[in-house]
Amino acid sequence: MAGLATALGSGAMTNSIHEISGAKTILAIGTNTTQAHPVLALQVKKAARNGANLIVANPKEIDLCRHATIHIQQRPGTDVPLLMGMIRTIIDEGLADQNFIKERCEDFDQFKASLQDFDLDHVSEITTVPKELIVEAARLYATSGPAAILYCMGITQHCHGTDNVWAISNLALITGNLGKPSAGVNPLRGQNNVQGSCDMGALPDVYPGYQKVHLPENQQKFEKAWGAKLSTEPGLTHSEIFDDAYHGKIKSLYLIGENPVLSEANANHAIEAMEKLEFLVVQDIFLTETAAMADVVLPAASFAEKNGTFSNTERRIQRIRQAIAPVGETKPDWQIVCAIAKKMGASGFEFSSPEEIMQEIASVTPSYGGISYDRIESVGIQWPCPNQDHPGTPILHTEKFGTPSGKAKLIPLSFRDAAELPDDDYPLMLTTDRSLFHYHTGSMTRRVDGLEQLDSEELLKINPQDARELGLEDQEMVKISSRRGETTVKTKLTGICPPGLVSMTFHFAESPTNVLTNAALDPVAKIPETKVCAVRVEKIVA
Amino acid sequence: MSEVTITIDGLEIKAREGTTVLQAAQENGLYIPNLCNHPDLDPAGLCRVCVVKMDDWKIAISCKLPVKDGMVISTEDPEVQQIRKNTVELLVANHPMTCLTCERDSTCELQKVAHYVGIKPDDIKRYRRSVRSIPMDTSNPFFDMDHSKCILCGICVRTCDELQNINAINYAQRGVASLISTLGNKPIAESRCESCGECVVRCPVAALSPKNTMEPMRQVKSICTYCGVGCGVMLGVRGDQIVSVEGDYDNPVNQGSLCVKGRYGYKFINHPERLKTPLVRKNGELVEATWDEALDQIEAKFSKHKGEKFAALASARITNEDNYLIQKFTRAVMGTNNIDHCARL
Ligand code: SF4
Ligand code: SF4
Ligand code: SF4
Ligand code: FES
Repeated sequence: MAGLATALGSGAMTNSIHEISGAKTILAIGTNTTQAHPVLALQVKKAARNGANLIVANPKEIDLCRHATIHIQQRPGTDVPLLMGMIRTIIDEGLADQNFIKERCEDFDQFKASLQDFDLDHVSEITTVPKELIVEAARLYATSGPAAILYCMGITQHCHGTDNVWAISNLALITGNLGKPSAGVNPLRGQNNVQGSCDMGALPDVYPGYQKVHLPENQQKFEKAWGAKLSTEPGLTHSEIFDDAYHGKIKSLYLIGENPVLSEANANHAIEAMEKLEFLVVQDIFLTETAAMADVVLPAASFAEKNGTFSNTERRIQRIRQAIAPVGETKPDWQIVCAIAKKMGASGFEFSSPEEIMQEIASVTPSYGGISYDRIESVGIQWPCPNQDHPGTPILHTEKFGTPSGKAKLIPLSFRDAAELPDDDYPLMLTTDRSLFHYHTGSMTRRVDGLEQLDSEELLKINPQDARELGLEDQEMVKISSRRGETTVKTKLTGICPPGLVSMTFHFAESPTNVLTNAALDPVAKIPETKVCAVRVEKIVA
Repeated sequence: MSEVTITIDGLEIKAREGTTVLQAAQENGLYIPNLCNHPDLDPAGLCRVCVVKMDDWKIAISCKLPVKDGMVISTEDPEVQQIRKNTVELLVANHPMTCLTCERDSTCELQKVAHYVGIKPDDIKRYRRSVRSIPMDTSNPFFDMDHSKCILCGICVRTCDELQNINAINYAQRGVASLISTLGNKPIAESRCESCGECVVRCPVAALSPKNTMEPMRQVKSICTYCGVGCGVMLGVRGDQIVSVEGDYDNPVNQGSLCVKGRYGYKFINHPERLKTPLVRKNGELVEATWDEALDQIEAKFSKHKGEKFAALASARITNEDNYLIQKFTRAVMGTNNIDHCARL
């Protein structure tokens, strides 16, 4: 989010889902689209079927490769050199969109200077991708437009995730692939309402609509709207919250619908942090591994039991509707928050329906200014939608970018390797992945019998060559360890992972992958590096 | 797109150029019996039920016949009637007649066609009935494949190919032994099938049918709760339970399509392990409590820990309205910007 907002002025997907099938070239990097976003992947496959070039850049031979024109298997953590190598080829061969660069971008000269370090021989060496393949991909992307880039956690979950995102925006900018149909830079949001929770200001540094908390004018605006004193000091991020809890600075934590015991990178640290809290409140629909640690557990209604809106990855604000009464004594989350606020004597929480809350949201959030339940009754609207007459915005940046200058920033980059690389003690690289059949920490999907039947246990995907060297068989229970922790898991021998790389999901409490992963943080976006860490796989000796 | 005029059974209709006679008829509200055609798929011309006579001389299958200006079509020419009847009789003769207990009774396309064509019990007596006795494939947890009911229309095969690009199923063998099967004839659960159920919703008969066949009493338009694509769903409600999920065809995001989680992943909603009351820790154990007890404890602690001693983690799974209030509460009531959620992960 942070990266893209700096470059383009907005962190969201620039184009719409249905446009993807109209692209002439698609670069899918760090996204296992058919597994993580299956219905969006239909668009990608449709484009490929209609003759579009599909470039898949992924260390693993993911399912999407079956439809690909080119599959680039870069070494994990080398997305920046790969993309900068492509950019350098495009500029050297005169394929860049000079007009677009001149009219709509800034800092081109500085940016161009940083390409110095990315000559193709060097890039090919670091990424382990043959030079010809990089050149071919660069030419396809630059000459066969409109070209769309799709990316997901494979790009952002690195300690250099922000650099990765900038490399992507640089590539799209120098070829003019922004602000037009079927092009763009398209981050695919993992969970159903990631976009919405960001839009609503569930972030430490911004109010709803990405209005910075440190700016006094925003503070005043919200103090007036909410009738309360507000702080201009940005708050702590997710990982910092656990650090401060660990050090006893945070006493009370109110945790809603999250399961950090399984999802947090370096989960052991998160667990110890929560044990040190004086008071932990967890609000969820199930007694998750995290809820079991709480002092008070509040039972929430599920999405089928309440009204409200979700904002999907293409910024479309859509209505969810109550289908059944809340189960047992559960309450919708908004009612619970109102009850706590009222109990504490606060005013400003006298809402009788989500529709009323949306009216307040629209009044303080410029990009949601024109949203009302009436307008999105049958079809959702894509933000920015500043007023009641605005039709919404399917494509961002058509006229100008959302940056202060209105121009997009080309950002000079240099290569930094992953925070933790394989060595003699931990010779393999672990990356995390998702299964088509499960969702996040599995608290919902693992309670659906059929999904559990189709995919019931964690499997460590490992190349047969690595397995042979370690004397491991298919379906063998093994021990996997990193510098942070260890767990046991069954093997699955597969060519999907190249030699040296192993892969696990994080859906299964029985094999908690995140005790292994690295909490090294990206300095800007503060996303832990769960995509790569060094591990050792061993036979379990009875 | 330019328009042409064609005549069907004496009625002049307008048709878009590039469409087929069957499409043109459907768009004008005229029924021409058909089985292997599906609006989402390329026409296959397999079942021959959609035969018509063109310009008074040529027999053609309307699902593959492009419209031409001035074309004259008859759907009730005696020759057409005869061909159509023979085709449908053969299908009916080979079909297990278990209509009354079949979940597709009244929504079955074969029933509809047989009824329209007017098949009588005597008509099929002259055929040697040969209902196929291949065992059902019940390996998939969400749907079954009953080969005895399959009319080999190929809609499932084309769905899996043209729309899903997965190609998990295809025709195996030719002629009378022909059947829909996976690569290497493996049970469907062991194939490449991703259990999206798109073939199941398009099957014109009950050959592919969901294991859960409980009809909802009403449907509620909503959005899938799983991933950021945000597909539109129709939640099927019966009593106080969610019993089915269908794709919302009016939603521009998915236009009716769903993946396995969206279509079949709803059982968690009414799962017995759902939390139903607040819990508070007493002597180290979490025990059931009233809302008042829980709120009292929260108020006591939160009031002491305002400001930097407090943090909230909201969620990417709950609504905008929920998230808005949680950050408002954290900022305005607790006096801190220590609010984040797991989008970073
Ligand atoms: S299973 Fe259904 S859709 Fe597939 S060929 Fe048979 S009848 Fe047609
Ligand atoms: S359920 Fe989906 S993947 Fe499986 S056979 Fe049907 S269309 Fe293909
Ligand atoms: S149906 Fe599948 S692709 Fe669509 S929102 Fe749900 S999980 Fe995502
Ligand atoms: S519908 Fe035309 S041949 Fe089957």
